[in-house]
This record gives sequence, structure tokens and C-alpha cells, in this order.
Amino acid sequence: MATGLRPARLRPSDLLRLGGYGLRSRPLRAVLSALGIAIGIAAMVSVVGISASGQAALDARLAALGTNMLTVTPGQTMFGDEATLPDEALSMIERIGPVTSATATGTVTGTPVYRTDRIPPGETGGLAVTAAQLDLLDTVNARLAGGSWLNAATARYPAVVLGAAAARRLGEVPAVYIDGRTYSVIGILEEVPLAPELDTAVLIGWDAAKSYLSFDGHATRVYTRAIESHVEAVRGVLAATANPQNPDEVDVSNPSDALIAQRAAARTFNALLLGLGAVALLVGGIGVANTMVISVLERRAEIGLRRSLGATRGQIRTQFVSESLLLSLLGGAGGVLGGGVVTFVYAGTQQWPAVVPPWAVAGGLAATLLIGAVAGLFPAIRAARLAPTEALAAA
Amino acid sequence: MRPVIELNEVTKSYPGGVHALRSVDLTVDEGELIAIVGPSGSGKSTMLNLIGTLDRPTSGTVRIDGHDVAALSDRQLSALRARRIGFVFQSFHLAPGRDAVTNVADGLLYAGLPQRERERHAEKALVRVGLGDRLKHRPHQLSGGERQRVAVARAVAGDPAVLLADEPTGNLDSASGAGVMDLLRELNTSGTTVLVITHDHEIAGSLPRQVPMLDGQVV
Ligand SMILES: Nc1ncnc2c1ncn2[C@@H]1O[C@H](COP(=O)(O)OP(=O)(O)OP(=O)(O)O)[C@@H](O)[C@H]1O
Ligand SMILES: [Mg+2]
Repeated sequence: MATGLRPARLRPSDLLRLGGYGLRSRPLRAVLSALGIAIGIAAMVSVVGISASGQAALDARLAALGTNMLTVTPGQTMFGDEATLPDEALSMIERIGPVTSATATGTVTGTPVYRTDRIPPGETGGLAVTAAQLDLLDTVNARLAGGSWLNAATARYPAVVLGAAAARRLGEVPAVYIDGRTYSVIGILEEVPLAPELDTAVLIGWDAAKSYLSFDGHATRVYTRAIESHVEAVRGVLAATANPQNPDEVDVSNPSDALIAQRAAARTFNALLLGLGAVALLVGGIGVANTMVISVLERRAEIGLRRSLGATRGQIRTQFVSESLLLSLLGGAGGVLGGGVVTFVYAGTQQWPAVVPPWAVAGGLAATLLIGAVAGLFPAIRAARLAPTEALAAA
Repeated sequence: MRPVIELNEVTKSYPGGVHALRSVDLTVDEGELIAIVGPSGSGKSTMLNLIGTLDRPTSGTVRIDGHDVAALSDRQLSALRARRIGFVFQSFHLAPGRDAVTNVADGLLYAGLPQRERERHAEKALVRVGLGDRLKHRPHQLSGGERQRVAVARAVAGDPAVLLADEPTGNLDSASGAGVMDLLRELNTSGTTVLVITHDHEIAGSLPRQVPMLDGQVV
């Protein structure tokens, strides 16, 4: 006969109603204690979201710029002097199979650039007169902001093309003065992300540099593009190809590495912010646990009543765990929403594509559920252990 | 008549040497209407809690609806309460802010009925206690007597075999108290076994059987 006595199972909809019951009777307290969780989750989601958005922007930028450019510069000799690249370096590099293009620039030393012949020396420092070959723009992926690039004719005349920063510094001038001679400005470049040294350059034709500025004709930098899948292989042989006698005196770099390195630096900072978010989350979890403990204390009479109505200990426990889960899920959902908004706004100001990775949302909500379960379990067990008569007497 | 409640040499002691019940024997048949009377501290509530399986005796046997309480697990006792026993308390124990139907329907949660069914039964029970026009009223919108009738509706909505009421009129004026007692009589007429603890001699005297208690014993 006793076997016929089996408690009825609560339906999921009933559990939801039971869990929401305590929250609805004290909405302000529910909101405040969910707030801690919300702040923690929002911090973590926005850190991940902003980082992912920045990454997406960088990826898009790298895709546009290409990661297949390598630059070759002279390093130092064994004695610490500045090395030079051999004259054949460029033609040797061009002969490497997977290299699709290669071009050289040469820094012209000791030749300050002035706006007019009246400005005293030293006022427009930092601009480098640089001899360039005609195929420079294609190889470094540079674009003209105005005017035109050097051609076979202008490369032999006193004419220059200004880098973006050089143009800003010199202002809108029809001509510049170098070493006592007037050079007409025929074009201005946009910024070149993979070759920032060109931004501060005053570019002049290779032959003109030789004839007017006693340029020695040594390349100080070689830009190459290689087939994407062979970039690493090309990188491995570049030094020896450029200078077979002294490969150690050659530096090879991939400028897109610098952009990626910036990202890595940002990541360390993100780890710190994530840590702060985790602390906020922990504090939020303690807040929820505290709310649940108080809730159980205040509602002893209700617990007694439910036991008298036939609730098992398990059902009382489940009720309070559901309440705790619902409470922290409320905070978690708010936090995900808040973190998403922060990400969208910030990405908007940076002109990045806004990205909130699904794993961050899922992870945030999972962390929330875990916190809710842990925070609610102890108070729920206490509630379930209350003797019915004692609970009823608490009214 | 089949006995629905049987107490056999039941004692209940609390730590510190308090003997709330001393060797109590009591048999209640199906369909009885009983007043439990006695001075404060005589063990009335203690006995009612044992009958309601909210507590277990220190010694002796308690049989409810044929089940030996000592042989049942906490889960089984819960199921027994959910299906066979209804409680009415002096202080109503209604959920504030929730209307009469919801309060009564909530009482059927542990009987396993779906929400729709619970509400249907709740409305029927409220009509039965004369509150058909107060279905959507919340406790603070009801008089004390009406509140207690909501509590009675909650106790009987699941059609229990036994209704236990611990001073149900204790917080009410005599008119509303009489109304609640009329209600309990009516429920008894339709077959429910009813036990009422009361300090009111007039009420006690109007019921068919009195169980007087003194010092933890039925006298
Ligand atoms: N949890 C408990 N721990 C210790 N003693 C208790 C406990 N519950 C009741 N008692 C004692 O048991 C005795 C009987 O209490 P009970 O509540 O049954 O009395 P009662 O007849 O219902 O009194 P009243 O009319 O005042 O409600 C009292 O002396 C009381 O102090
Ligand atoms: Mg009492």
C-alpha cells in the first residue's frame, strides 16, 4: 500500500513559476543582486567583443595589405659599423622563384629639405630624401593622394613626390628646396601602412638623386612581394641572396608582423581586464548567495506551508536552486546585452566591424548558470532540511 | 466505519525533558467531526502535527489512512500529505500579492495537476467556500474571515480525506469565526473527516465529539 505513495513530479513550467515567485515578490532586491553578475559578465563580454572586433578589423586590414611583403635592409658589420647592401642585391633577389616583385629605395644622406629658401636650417628636420625606383608604388601597395608618380622622364629631373607625413609637415607647397636647388612637388602619397618610413620620405628619382644630390646608388632598403604560400621560404633565403658573402649583415623583416605584434600587446591588457571581470563575477556570485540565504530565512513560513501541502525536501531544494539560477541568469543575460552594446559602440567609434563571438555569449551564460547553481545550493539545502513544524512556527 | 486516524501509545518528547505528549491513544473514524480542546501547552498542536505527518512521534504508532507513518520515507509522507491531508492554520499562510485563485491553485502543485487543472479546481473550491465573487482578490483586499476561507479552500481543493485545523478561528471575530465553522461542518457533511483545535467552548460544544487534553494526555 505504501508503494502507492509517490510524490508527483514538478513540471518544468512549474519550476520556472516557483523560481520566479520569490524574485517577483522582491523585484528591487532581485535586480540589485543580479547587477553584480551583470557587471562581471558585461565586462568580460565587452573585453572579448572589443578584442575580437579589433582582430576582425586587423584581419580585414591585413587581407587588404597582404602579409606577403618582405623588406631587406643592411644591418651591421662584425665591427658594429653600418653595413651596405651589395649593388647586385636587387637583381639577385628578383631572381628568386616565388618573388613576384622587388624594388629598392636609397636614403640620400645629409640633405635637409626646406619649404622655401628663406627658412633657416633645422626647422623641417626628420624628412628623409629617398631615391626611389619607378615600380615602388606597386610593390608596397601605396596610393597617390594627389598629383602623379614619377615616370621615366620626371625621374631624371628635379621633381619629388612627398610621403603623407612629409606633405603635412611641409604644407601645400608647389616646390621644396634641397641643397640649394628647387624641386617641384609633382605628387603626394597616402599613408603606407606596411612601409611607414615612406610617410616621412621626400621621394626623388634614382637618376636625379645621383646627378643632383651625389647619391651613391646603394640601396638601403629592398621591398619584395612573394607568392603568399612561399613567404617563409623566401624569407629564409633572402639574406644569403642579397649578400652571399656576409648574410649576417642583412636584416629581413615582414612589416605585417609589427601590426600583429600590436595586437598581441593589446591581448596582455585584455587578460588583465578579463581578470577584473572575473573578480566582479565572483563578487556578483557572493551577492546572489547572500540574497538566497536571506530569502530562505525570510520565507521559512512559506517553506513550512509548502511542506504541509506535500512538497518533498527535494522539491523545496529545487525551488530555491531554480530561483538562484533564474536570478543569476537574469544578471547574465543583462550582462551579455550590456557587453554587446559596449562592443558595438566602441567598435563604431573605431570604425571596426563589431564582433561578439558566440562562444563568449555561451561562455558567459554558462558561467552564470554555474554561479547560480553554486550560490543557490547551500541555501537551498538549508531550506530543504528545515523541519516542517519548525518552519511553520516561524510565522 | 473504518478508522482513518489511529494513535497508539504515542509520546512526543523534546530535548530538555519536555514531554509534549504522554502515551496518547486516539482513534478517529472516517467522516467524524472533532473538537480538540485543552489549556495552552497541553499538547494539542503537537498531536495535530503528528496526525498531519509533519512530525514523527518519539514512540508509539501513528496510522493515517491505513499507513503506518514510521514505515514511510519523507518522500512518501510528502505524497501522503499532498493527496490525503489538508491543513488550515491560525495565521492563514497566504502568499501576499497573489490572488485567491493563485493561492488555492498553488496548493495543488504537489498533487501533480497541470496548471490549467489546478486553476479549475481552485475556482471550484473557492465557489464552494462562498468566495465565487472574490476569485481575483489578493489577500490584502480580503477580510480576515475571507482569508481564512481562502485557506480552507486551498486545504480542500485536492479533496483530502482528513482536514486538520489548528485554531482556525483564533484570529477572527466571532461572526467570521462562526462562518468558518459553518464551512467546516458543511465539508464534513460531504464526507471529509475534520479535526479542529479550538479554545472557544461554544464552538467545541457544538461539535459532535470533543477530545479534551491536559498535560500531554487525552483525558
Ligand atoms: N519544538 C519544541 N521544542 C521544545 N518544546 C516544545 C516544542 N514544541 C512544543 N513544545 C512544548 O510542548 C508542549 C505542548 O505544546 P503545544 O504547542 O502542543 O501546545 P498547545 O496545546 O498547542 O498550546 P496552545 O494552545 O498554546 O497552542 C509545550 O509545553 C511546549 O512548550
Ligand atoms: Mg497550539
